Amino acid sequence: MRRLVFLVPLALFLGLAGWFAAALFSGRDPRELPSALIDKPAPDFDLPSLAEGRLSSQSLRGQVTVVNFFASWCAPCRVEHPILLRMARQEKIRVIGIAYKDRPEDSRRFLAELGDPFLTTGIDRDGRTGIDFGLYGVPETYVIDKQGRIRKRIVGPVTPALLDRELLPLLRALERS
Amino acid sequence: MRFLLALFLFAAPAWAVLPDERLADPALEARARALSKELRCVVCHNESIDDSNATLARDIRIVLRERLAAGDSDGQAKAYLVARYGDFVLLRPPVRADTYLLWFGPFALLALGGAVAFAAQRRRKPAAPAPLTPEEQARLAALLREEPK
Repeated sequence: MRRLVFLVPLALFLGLAGWFAAALFSGRDPRELPSALIDKPAPDFDLPSLAEGRLSSQSLRGQVTVVNFFASWCAPCRVEHPILLRMARQEKIRVIGIAYKDRPEDSRRFLAELGDPFLTTGIDRDGRTGIDFGLYGVPETYVIDKQGRIRKRIVGPVTPALLDRELLPLLRALERS
Repeated sequence: MRFLLALFLFAAPAWAVLPDERLADPALEARARALSKELRCVVCHNESIDDSNATLARDIRIVLRERLAAGDSDGQAKAYLVARYGDFVLLRPPVRADTYLLWFGPFALLALGGAVAFAAQRRRKPAAPAPLTPEEQARLAALLREEPK
């Protein structure tokens, strides 16, 4: 037994190397952080809407909803936009938009040009609702369940692969529950 | 030359904090500055919001000042941001059961290494030789008495 003590550092090294390799090849982006609000109720908000009326957190209750923060000045939002249109039109998902730090006329022009996937679009002119959601930047997307709790947060544009592999299965499961 | 030096003396360091963000009350402003040095800018990751020029950092500096002006304690103002952005906004992680490894792990490793080094050091020192038995003493005396030929 004593003879094998010299193997201890080697075993420690192999363990550590294995751990690092697993982290390196897991494909997880260390910059990607989970929302502090996962499984917590979505923050309260009451925003003017791009159309008439208002958009408030009350409207999130009772139905599975996707909330998308976007801005006309945000390039990745343009990339993401066809996915949002597909979600709303083909997959029949309730998608609500929040225009983050954007002039309403610019948001309107953006949606007129690219198509409007949003049931309602709230205007978060000063970005306070964004801060309440723990927003890092636009685009950012939140999945909210029937009880009004945040179940998933996607930082950056939603990609087709992400929609098919993660988002749609989650949304369908939430709708059934 | 002297004029240039004088100019350098008057040059203020370039703060990210813009004049329009500052609070009129110097005591509150000082607290806000101290707090914002401890809060991470979530877009730039390794800068505090006090250093960062990002617009989100500016927005959070303003929110922070509003909380303080509304009468929040430093802890309450921090908790407000932690509720939204998680512990990640704190540049100094809180000392809690799940962060003990982070805070005390290095000291534990140092103690462990010290213990190992100490044990190895002691083992290397040869043990003091056992005292000679009476027979050995007699033999030693005989050997010493023997004259080399």
